[in-house]
Amino acid sequence: MSNIPLAAYLVISAIMFFAGVYGFLSRRNMLTILMSLELMLNAADINFVVFNKYLFPGQLEGHFFALFAIGVSAAETAIAIAIIINIYRNLKNIYVDEVNKMKF
Amino acid sequence: MAEQIIFYVLAIAIVVFSILSVTSRRILRAATYLLFVLLATAGLYLLLGYQFLFGVQISVYAGGIMVLYIFSILLTSHAGDKAKKVSWKRLLPAGFAAVAGLAICGHIIFHNVFKIAETVAAEPTMQEIGTALMGTDKYQYLLPFEAISILLLACIIGGIMIARKR
Repeated sequence: MSNIPLAAYLVISAIMFFAGVYGFLSRRNMLTILMSLELMLNAADINFVVFNKYLFPGQLEGHFFALFAIGVSAAETAIAIAIIINIYRNLKNIYVDEVNKMKF
Repeated sequence: MAEQIIFYVLAIAIVVFSILSVTSRRILRAATYLLFVLLATAGLYLLLGYQFLFGVQISVYAGGIMVLYIFSILLTSHAGDKAKKVSWKRLLPAGFAAVAGLAICGHIIFHNVFKIAETVAAEPTMQEIGTALMGTDKYQYLLPFEAISILLLACIIGGIMIARKR
């Protein structure tokens, strides 16, 4: 089919993952932290799919793992955004270093 | 040849937009760059021959999650808001963690991963995906499918409970 090496895909997903790590550690807004988390999950999904395609092309394990991971991350994002909106409603603030009252 | 060109375009888009999306100081722009990253990832899935995953990625991530993000950004920030500059105290450890992790991963990828560039052109048909998703034999996935449907139900209830006005 193609002659794109396996390592090229892995390099892309590693760059994406560590961009996510950087954002997760340096951002202060909760929504941008959640977006960085999304980048990391997406990079992991790419790895599953690529290993499935290159190492076990007849099977579908990585494909289904990525599929279920997408579903779980959608659920997780919805709940996290609900929590963030609730925090904003109560404290008028979604910056992690200014939200230090967990008493509503 | 065409595949390689498409791959490199997608690769450059993913790298550039994922870095922009974690460094941009305007949050709505960061969300837009994240959308581009997710679309380029969907393109990679299509390039690998997984059309179903391509569709799921577009509809769930680019369609569902990004709309949720943009709504919540518009709810929680004002137009023209800019994030404060990242202080050195935060930037240094974060940058160090990212660069060190990338260096370790790059070393592992280039020295230990199998040098494979060949793969078969087999693309899973929709029928294969359907039977694998709905069967109970080995390598079939009815149980995780049901588990994730319960998870989504719990999420719907949890989302309503958390976000409702009281």
